[in-house]
Amino acid sequence: MRMKFFAALALTVAMGSALMVFATPPPAGSGSITGKVTYTGTPMKMKPIDMSKEPSCAKQHATPITTENVATGPGNTLQWVVVYISAGDEGTTTASQGVRYDQKGCQYLPHVLTMLAGQQLQIYNDDQTSHNIHPLAKVNQEWNKSQPPGSPPIDTKWDKPEFIAVKCNIHPWMHGYFAVLKTSHVSITGEDGTFDIKGLSPGKYTVTAWQEQYGTKTQDVTVGAGAATANFVFTATPY
Amino acid sequence: MGRLFAVVVTVITLLSVSFFVMHTWWMPVDISTTGPAIDHQLEETMTGSGLLFLGGQLLLGLFVWQSSDKNPARKIKIFPGGANPLVAAAIILVGIEILTLTFVGSKAWAAVNLVPAAADSLHIDVQAEQFAFYFRYAGPDGQFGGLHPDKIDDGSGNYFGLDPANDVAARDDVVVGSLVIPVNRPILLTLHSKDVGHSFYVPELRIQQDFVPGIEIPVHFTATQTGKFEIVCTQLCGLGHYNMKAYLQVMSEADYEQWLKGQEGQ
Repeated sequence: MRMKFFAALALTVAMGSALMVFATPPPAGSGSITGKVTYTGTPMKMKPIDMSKEPSCAKQHATPITTENVATGPGNTLQWVVVYISAGDEGTTTASQGVRYDQKGCQYLPHVLTMLAGQQLQIYNDDQTSHNIHPLAKVNQEWNKSQPPGSPPIDTKWDKPEFIAVKCNIHPWMHGYFAVLKTSHVSITGEDGTFDIKGLSPGKYTVTAWQEQYGTKTQDVTVGAGAATANFVFTATPY
Repeated sequence: MGRLFAVVVTVITLLSVSFFVMHTWWMPVDISTTGPAIDHQLEETMTGSGLLFLGGQLLLGLFVWQSSDKNPARKIKIFPGGANPLVAAAIILVGIEILTLTFVGSKAWAAVNLVPAAADSLHIDVQAEQFAFYFRYAGPDGQFGGLHPDKIDDGSGNYFGLDPANDVAARDDVVVGSLVIPVNRPILLTLHSKDVGHSFYVPELRIQQDFVPGIEIPVHFTATQTGKFEIVCTQLCGLGHYNMKAYLQVMSEADYEQWLKGQEGQ
């Protein structure tokens, strides 16, 4: 009799919480925050990467790729900056789809990948050589996994928000980042330094821009019905 | 059965010796000034030990053949005095062989490892890490920047741990993934390891030297031929050991200067 009571209670609680999730749908706001990320000063030079020891990768690049920790574009723009809502966000749900990360041409593609905490992450090896991906997590659990050519993708996820540097234990030059966030309101700057965070309801937000070499910059932005603007300027040093 | 074994032993002996006599799997071309002495020593060692091997194995075959009949009446001959003099004789003979090889070979070894590098040698730093080699040139100022292991950051290409923000000498250091050298010029490498033991082996240079973490190990040589040769790690260093290699490119002095200028511009 008591067991039945608990079962019924558990069912009620489960249904109740399910209803609550449906009752508060993600606010598909029409507001957005757009802007540009630039630098002042002289950024460090990106260095060409010598892959001659891995011919199957080297031949995939007509000209040698360079390091990407400070990727710049014309007009002092900064690429691969993660711009996200760090406070004031109430509309994030769990993601239904996973995200994909590729090891291709002995390079991590994309260089910076954003995902939600708990979101499925699939890591592919598209190369004719073995990789050993090693996310250097500090808040989450750190691990590394080998993937010989033709291996199935690694299926994983990160439980807690963290910016995780990623390296390959076989190819020292391979370097990327996982930006694990608790918000889906995020945008990564392109080569032109622009970002566009969509789907925001009117309100006050704190926006953070993260660059792997220069750290974070934060500003408060009020969003109305249309597009609000927020620009970020990082100070670059040559060394 | 005994006779068959004697024949098999003889055939294996003659076949394996013939591979060495005909140089079926021999060393690659020698491109180093110290190489000929090493090769000469190797030939002498192989000839000496090869003759002993040949003689020993053929005697074994002969004795097996002779004693393979099942005649229980045949008297078994033993070494005069029994086993003890036999063991003593073996120790003395093998000892003399090893000591002779050591004394004769030490000259060739010393020319590589005990003679200091020429004063006008080109200095190049080598960093070994799981699983790649990196090479550092002093750049236009001729000065190497200091090494700070805490500054090592592979993601930004700082494989050596340079500190260009505070160290002016480090700013123009050239760091590359291939060892490029001019022909006929003495080269002095300083081997560093970031993590575990590795080894620098270029068969064509006849040089093989371990990296030991925490120790700077000098290696010097002069290449006598231009071309591209493989540098391989020959010290098991982890799961990617099989994949740890780089290339040695020996160029004419002019080509080398041009290459270096191109690197300094980057």
